[in-house]
Amino acid sequence: MLNRTPLFAAHQKLGARLIDFGGWEMPVQYSGIVDEHRAVRTAAGLFDISHMGEIVVRGSAAPEFLNWVLTNDIRKLQNRQGQYTLMCNERGGAIDDLYVYQVEAEEYLLIVNASRISADAAWLNQQLAAFPRRQAVDLKNLSADFGALALQGPKAAQFIDLCFPSGSEPALAGTLRKNDMARREYQGRFIFISRTGYTGEDGFEIVAPAEITPTIWNKVMEIGAPFGLKPAGLGARDTLRTEVCYPLYGHELDENTTPIEACLGVFVALGKGEFMGRPVLAEQKARGTAKKLVAFKSAEKSPPPRPHYPIWSAGPARRQIGQVTSGTQSPSLGIGIGMGYVPPEMAASNSAIAIEIRGKHAAATIVPKPLYRKG
Amino acid sequence: MKNQIPEGVLHAKTHEWVRLRDGVATIGISDHAQHELTDVVFVELPAAGRVVQAGAACAVVESVKTASDVYAPVSGEVTAVNAQLARHPELVNSDPYGEGWFFQVKLSRPAELNGLLKPADYAREIGGQV
Repeated sequence: MLNRTPLFAAHQKLGARLIDFGGWEMPVQYSGIVDEHRAVRTAAGLFDISHMGEIVVRGSAAPEFLNWVLTNDIRKLQNRQGQYTLMCNERGGAIDDLYVYQVEAEEYLLIVNASRISADAAWLNQQLAAFPRRQAVDLKNLSADFGALALQGPKAAQFIDLCFPSGSEPALAGTLRKNDMARREYQGRFIFISRTGYTGEDGFEIVAPAEITPTIWNKVMEIGAPFGLKPAGLGARDTLRTEVCYPLYGHELDENTTPIEACLGVFVALGKGEFMGRPVLAEQKARGTAKKLVAFKSAEKSPPPRPHYPIWSAGPARRQIGQVTSGTQSPSLGIGIGMGYVPPEMAASNSAIAIEIRGKHAAATIVPKPLYRKG
Repeated sequence: MKNQIPEGVLHAKTHEWVRLRDGVATIGISDHAQHELTDVVFVELPAAGRVVQAGAACAVVESVKTASDVYAPVSGEVTAVNAQLARHPELVNSDPYGEGWFFQVKLSRPAELNGLLKPADYAREIGGQV
């Protein structure tokens, strides 16, 4: 039996096509991937991201513990600020990529990938057991207690504050800065609104107790409708994030791939002191890596690239140099796009490569990330 | 959404259709299939002159999300392909039984047509109303 989010009934009512996504029965699309993709790029889309995990870490040693297990520097955060970060093993391989928010001093909220909730919780507990000040850290996996929505698109800020009562710090959610969060009371419960997303557009993510998530979904759908808001599924979420080259765990990231290889070095704070995976990551930053994540575009009319398709070098001495990790037809650009790992010496922008599609080579070009920029 | 199944068109259980006119069979995918796929972005067709076998994969239709095989509903030599689909794959969505056709074959085993589904049977197959 697949896991279902608090919004399962809402998806059924909207006629969503549901698929198994990492053990979750999730909407892949409602009106169609391209239609939903365009809605997010031009107006707004609402995604159910309740499958994602919520882990709360509290206590006087919580910042110290999190700075040991996570790659970014948690001391950069003030209250109600968040940051993208990674959690790595001893080899520098990514256990997960996640967002961490400092809700208050000594209270942190980790938003983790659905497919990694158990792996993350197990790893965190194992690390905590070996952490000297473990008595001063309280770690709780509250994933089952929370639902979450992502409201994404250029018009989202125009109606976010019509959906929720105003509060303080800041009074209006629409004035939140990127990565900042606000706490609001809704139906007597606390909810969190952050200015973040996974689409390359402006937008908000709303984390709420599971019981009131359907009410919030309905409210946002109703208020957003005149602004062109549409429900959007995981299909559009994938094309949107691929266009802006955001990694997806299991595709660009896994336990044998480091943030340096994934070109996420900016989220690895080597200067903050010792932390899990640091020796390998520092070495890779200084001496380079054996593989590097690149983005590419099709250079000729061809079928869309897909995950696992071989990447070949172009020119006379052709050889396989890597594999596609994410690939699709870009609804915004109208061509095939993707990402994949290649040796660093073959990773220069404008390099010609070929993608093997059902035994045939299709010309493609390595291009700078992101593949698509808003506006 | 109500699926449109024209009269005189036969379907395979794998959702390809065949329309026979003057010994030439035109082949495409059903309205139900295009609706399930949504947003067709690429169609890979067999080359003219190729001999296709009933039940064997002979074309690929790609939506944003996935690549799906298309199976020949009948055997024969490919005599024509719909070149328009290279530039306008969306015709498969907008007009699956017309402008969105895939290819034509000269039937080598016409008796295979007897094994295909008539409109009412195909409607039942996809759970629709007759």
